[in-house]
Amino acid sequence: MKKRKLNGYLLAGLLITGLLLLMTLYGAIHTPYSPTAYTGMKFEAPSAAHLFGTDKLGRDIFSRVLKGMGTTLSIALATVAIGAVVGTAVGAVTGYFGGLVDDALMRLNDTLTAFPSILLALLVISLLGPENKYNLILALGIVFIPSFARVTRTAFASLRDVNYITSARLMGAGNLRILLVHLLPNTGRVLFPALTIGFNNAVLAEASMSFLRITPLETSLGYMLSEAQGMFAAAPWYALSTGSVIALLVFGVGLIGEGLQQRDKEA
Amino acid sequence: MKKRFLAIFLVLTLALTLLAGCGKKPSEPAAPEAASPPEADAQALQELNVGVAQDFDSLDPHHATAAGTKEVLFNLFEGLVKPTSEGQLVPAVASDVKVSDDGLTYTFTLRQGVKFHNGDTVDMQDVVFSIDRNRIAADGGAALIPALAVIQDLTYDDTTLTLTLSEPSLELLSYLTLAILPADYEEQETAPVGTGPFKYVSRQAQDNMVIERFEDYWGTPAKLDKVTFRIIENVEGLVMGLQSGALDLVMHLTSTQTAQLSEKDFHVEVGSMNLVQALYLNNAVTPFDDVRVRQALCYGVDKQDIIDRAFDGYGIPLGTSMFPSFGKYYDESLTDYYTHDVEKAKALLADAGYPNGFDMTITVPSNYQPHVDTAEVLKEQLKDIGVNVTILPVEWGVWLSDVYGARQFESTITGLTSDNMTARKLLERFGSQIGNNFTNYNNSEYDEILAKAVTSTSDEEQTALYRQLEKNLTENAANVYLQDMADLVAVRNGVEGLTFYPLYVLDVSTLYWAS
Repeated sequence: MKKRKLNGYLLAGLLITGLLLLMTLYGAIHTPYSPTAYTGMKFEAPSAAHLFGTDKLGRDIFSRVLKGMGTTLSIALATVAIGAVVGTAVGAVTGYFGGLVDDALMRLNDTLTAFPSILLALLVISLLGPENKYNLILALGIVFIPSFARVTRTAFASLRDVNYITSARLMGAGNLRILLVHLLPNTGRVLFPALTIGFNNAVLAEASMSFLRITPLETSLGYMLSEAQGMFAAAPWYALSTGSVIALLVFGVGLIGEGLQQRDKEA
Repeated sequence: MKKRFLAIFLVLTLALTLLAGCGKKPSEPAAPEAASPPEADAQALQELNVGVAQDFDSLDPHHATAAGTKEVLFNLFEGLVKPTSEGQLVPAVASDVKVSDDGLTYTFTLRQGVKFHNGDTVDMQDVVFSIDRNRIAADGGAALIPALAVIQDLTYDDTTLTLTLSEPSLELLSYLTLAILPADYEEQETAPVGTGPFKYVSRQAQDNMVIERFEDYWGTPAKLDKVTFRIIENVEGLVMGLQSGALDLVMHLTSTQTAQLSEKDFHVEVGSMNLVQALYLNNAVTPFDDVRVRQALCYGVDKQDIIDRAFDGYGIPLGTSMFPSFGKYYDESLTDYYTHDVEKAKALLADAGYPNGFDMTITVPSNYQPHVDTAEVLKEQLKDIGVNVTILPVEWGVWLSDVYGARQFESTITGLTSDNMTARKLLERFGSQIGNNFTNYNNSEYDEILAKAVTSTSDEEQTALYRQLEKNLTENAANVYLQDMADLVAVRNGVEGLTFYPLYVLDVSTLYWAS
């Protein structure tokens, strides 16, 4: 097999994302200050002691950004995991078997897609109750199912009747084996870009939800941005550092997705 | 593909630039564009835009419960008597009040020629209707003002009203600040009519309410022609509204918010909010049904630290359900009953069976940034005694229905006020049989003292009893009392005449644009 090259997109994306992930991991183990404790003066400008300055309660913004990335990333990852696993399962069943199951599930899928995603997430949260952060993950996860189902269904449907699958079937392979062993690995080409796009949407969705303050108050990037909005005149570095981190995170993962597609085209 | 990414990056950059633009607007572009021409108009017309943080729960003054609603309705309605900024009660719809020596008979003389906003003249039927509406329980429910039950007999002719009491009541007059409304007028909720210096013009739910000067007002006429109350529930929207020129006056701001306003355009007046901000605990749920847990929270909290960190040092620490502007009723010694003491708090928690602390939820109305900030500092403080706090921000409407109404909460941060000049309003709500006792405080000793206090005939004795009630609340740590918040009011330069009351009201009738 031809050795696959790293292209520019992939390299830049991996660098940015890798750096941010390292920072998040570092933040999970250790932050310069406690992200919620009073550490010095209010509204201190960025300095060596406080890389991103301090906020209105005298908290170190750099520590808060590290902590916030952890919260936002873990929620985004869990959300994408739910969306991808359930979505792929639905896509596999509908794409592979077709027929009535396909029709029923895909119409349900269409119905879910018809709602604006934030509205749907708000609806699910109001049904489940906002007290618990896992409900937020579940709500966002449900919102992400349709897009994964749609993308993977196409992949499964297009591979259903190719020769090697027919051969496998003739050799007596069961449906489950065909789905998992023969088909799933070949959907990577569509699944990986979908994962990166989904991840970005999840980061932004989490940020919007906590920006709107409908979930328990936690140090997450979205909540910090909503706090920062009111202090723009007094502490512009708060909004800038938080906003830039969200933008970089999304940009980096977006580059990876783009790079993967480019690489597949070249291969 | 390259182009697409360039585009995305440019959009992101643009978004950040826009954000930066929002922040800087107040100082330069807003001034020539928004401020000068409309401001000139506003001065000629004497119009004022006031920003408020929440919608009004009811325009019927007898049914409104939210402090933020009563604060505004104060300008539309009056009672037989009304409070002054010095805390006195002066005759309003009545022109004269006489109290008999034994305190059992009150005689009111109706002021001649007082007009309602709809043009009708106030007659005795209207007065009796308004009192009875609050005094007599509607089918099955409780009376709107239970304290009026002392009125045993009510007789009247065209000019005088005589109230005979079953027992002397020192507070009756304070309750007779209740709004006088036209008898049998059904549309109070949608088109309120009163006798105040301003009359209602229009209202857009969730957006605004407009009032105009009432030309036929019997007393000192208002100086402004028109006042628009704009409802901006987004905490930062109020400051942006001031900066953009859409608002001229906003009360109840935080020091962080006022720091963003330029001195060229605004001045800040500091008063006291006259409210009891506290971490209110639902005394009926575990673990807050255990007095040791509640006391542990009191020891775990450092009030001064909250005031310093979240309020830039503005605010008066409180130890009970009473604030300093209520003078003789306020027992200052209770403020330091619980001093910040982590060890003591831990010991009490261990004693109560929570050696490792516990998890609790603080529900906060998300449109009140001061309460949200307080919650964040509290969370940090309580961590030291092992209590793990989750902060749940909810919309104001949800807070009213779930927390205040249905009592479905563990703890909440809010400020409780008194809308008349009596200590009773602040203390009665902790009686176990009282309808608005949303903290479910249940203490038989408290109920006994309360019953004695409200029927007391001597002012001295009553004051002493009220102070006992305050002490009871403190000793049993009914709630974690925090502070009487400072009221920072941002006023556009040129607007003058702001008057602070010892009540939670905004009197717009004294405001005017100085030329």
